[in-house]
Amino acid sequence: MTEADWPLFEVFIRSRSGLEHKHVGSLHAADARMAIEHARDVYTRRQEGVSMWVVRSADIIASDPEEADSLFEPARDKVYRHPTFYAIPDEVKNL
Amino acid sequence: MILAATPAGADGQLQQAHSQYVLRLADTSLVLGQRLAEWIGHAPALEEDLALANVSLDLIGQARLLLTYAGELEGQGRDEDALAFLRDAPEFRNLALAEQPNGDFAHTIVRHWLIDAWQLEIYAGLERGVDTRLAAIAAKAIRETRYHYRFSSGWLVRLGDGTEESHERMQRALADLWRFTPELFTPDELDECMSAAGIAPSLAELAPRWSTRVTEDVRLATLALPAAQPYPWHGKRGVHTEHLGYLLAEMQHLQRTYPGAHW
Amino acid sequence: MYTQGLDTHGKEPLPTAAEGEARAARFQGRIDAEEKIEPKDWMPEAYRQTLIRQISQHAHSEIVGMLPEGNWITRAPTLKRKAVLIAKVQDEGGHGMYLYSAAETLGIPRAQMLEQLLSGAAKYSSIFNYPTLTWADIGAIGWLVDGAAIMNQIPLCRCSYGPYARAMVRICKEESFHQRQGFEIMLTLSQGSHAQRAMAQDALNRWWWPSLMMFGPSDADSMHTGQSMRWKIKRFSNDELRQRFIDVTVPQAHFLGLTIPDDELHWDEATQHYRAGPIDWSEFYAVLKGNGPCNRERLEARRRAHEAGRWVREAAAAHAQRSQREPAPQAAGVGGVAGAAA
Repeated sequence: MTEADWPLFEVFIRSRSGLEHKHVGSLHAADARMAIEHARDVYTRRQEGVSMWVVRSADIIASDPEEADSLFEPARDKVYRHPTFYAIPDEVKNL
Repeated sequence: MILAATPAGADGQLQQAHSQYVLRLADTSLVLGQRLAEWIGHAPALEEDLALANVSLDLIGQARLLLTYAGELEGQGRDEDALAFLRDAPEFRNLALAEQPNGDFAHTIVRHWLIDAWQLEIYAGLERGVDTRLAAIAAKAIRETRYHYRFSSGWLVRLGDGTEESHERMQRALADLWRFTPELFTPDELDECMSAAGIAPSLAELAPRWSTRVTEDVRLATLALPAAQPYPWHGKRGVHTEHLGYLLAEMQHLQRTYPGAHW
Repeated sequence: MYTQGLDTHGKEPLPTAAEGEARAARFQGRIDAEEKIEPKDWMPEAYRQTLIRQISQHAHSEIVGMLPEGNWITRAPTLKRKAVLIAKVQDEGGHGMYLYSAAETLGIPRAQMLEQLLSGAAKYSSIFNYPTLTWADIGAIGWLVDGAAIMNQIPLCRCSYGPYARAMVRICKEESFHQRQGFEIMLTLSQGSHAQRAMAQDALNRWWWPSLMMFGPSDADSMHTGQSMRWKIKRFSNDELRQRFIDVTVPQAHFLGLTIPDDELHWDEATQHYRAGPIDWSEFYAVLKGNGPCNRERLEARRRAHEAGRWVREAAAAHAQRSQREPAPQAAGVGGVAGAAA
């Protein structure tokens, strides 16, 4: 690692208990401890979080947008996964 | 509102001493915050600009609460700004260490680490004291100080145990600033008076804890502590180094030039 | 943002000319349908380059912008004003970070963008090449410069590139306090002593025209506008935004009891707009070329900070590398602080 490239980290913040961590952006840091401090200083100045994750960008494995079709399209016609696909007579309760 | 339990009612002298004591805490935070603000826009990396600004904001926030309280105790109608902008150097009560110039990043980090470790002890002690107002301020401040200490001690280790150049710079910074540390834990009559009143912690009790922490940090940073230098500085008694005058001249310029103006 | 680690299975063959056109058409279709383009989505190279240029210029502007205002932090006239100004300048640094972050998703590393800025190759907003000579300048900057920036930035929240749009949403949320703090300073001054009122008027006199120039050259002279509009990187024209700014700001100046330094400024009843006098574009181009009052100082300041900080960054990198090889008990002595648990 040279001084020019403190690695890039992605930052995820949980804004309140009960919610998931959401991606908010990225920053550079030399090590993990610094990354947490930078994330805190850059992304939580307005009480935006109760918990943070920082992950080296290089460690993130992303799906290839070119494969979006084969990854996500097949789910489109499987409408029977949604409750609205099923017609239940109104008189039947609790279904 | 001022003291939870005062020895034998409103003792004017004790109240003035109390005010002076709070002023010492306030001025140290103020001067340190002002010094750190000089870095904004000039830090080694953009992320550090933001980090240093955060620490500066915390310190100025502490100063404002403490100055306001000191002014009330003093009872002459001086608010936070009157105290910050209209006192001259001999009336300032900050630790001499706080007013030392930023120098390079090593000097700044060493200065902050030493005072952060000091504030950790002092604020913890004040939280346990009989002054509920001061205890509340300390309770808020200590959370900030824990983060400041995490930041400064982290950099102490990175720079002490980084490259040859960073190690040398850190060693030089330690050599330059160590001589200001006796003031941190050498009690004078005001310190003793406040301890006796149950307001302030005993410096003699806190000193070894600070020492242990500092010694361990220095070891992790692969640095060496300079030899003890018995040259006590009296910033907390208003006897400062030449640096404070310049700092105040810059800070107080507008209020001095336009007396009575509302900003 | 993901410069590596893409879950691909070997390289794709280069597209034929027909495929290229089809892709471009599909891309434009997505834009027209107000779909967001995300990192690693296919995009025309020109779209990528335009965004890199625009986002990095925006980021540089924020960073350089920390300097004229940072100039007055140590001299702020009250502790409250000092704290507010520090927070504002800090926000600007943060905005720079969000934007560099967004630009990096397009494949350009931060170090390269920084190099472009420091070498003088990259442009940044002309406005930050003007000096802040009095405390009133801080008020004028918040009121006018941030006001103009907001006007520019709100439409960008709907720009077609996802990371840029999201950064802009974050920035806009933070920006409105900036303008309010500036206006509040001007208000306090204009209601103050004679000297303070004069200070406020003087600041307005110096910052008005440069603020109008912030919106860029007039539409007729603007090179990039057409394509940028088609790609929804730019949503309104320079002149439209400038006119909106004038219409909104003139009444604010009247409220302050200050005079806009434009003899020809008048209300046009027919069009229901304020008509401003002519802008001196020679000044604008001179500043862009590097001959504004502070161009040299601003870049010098950034270069000096970067150079002076080199040993610090190197040390941090060296320490991190060493720690990875031999996990040392780094956190042991610095206890009392909670670890970074998720």
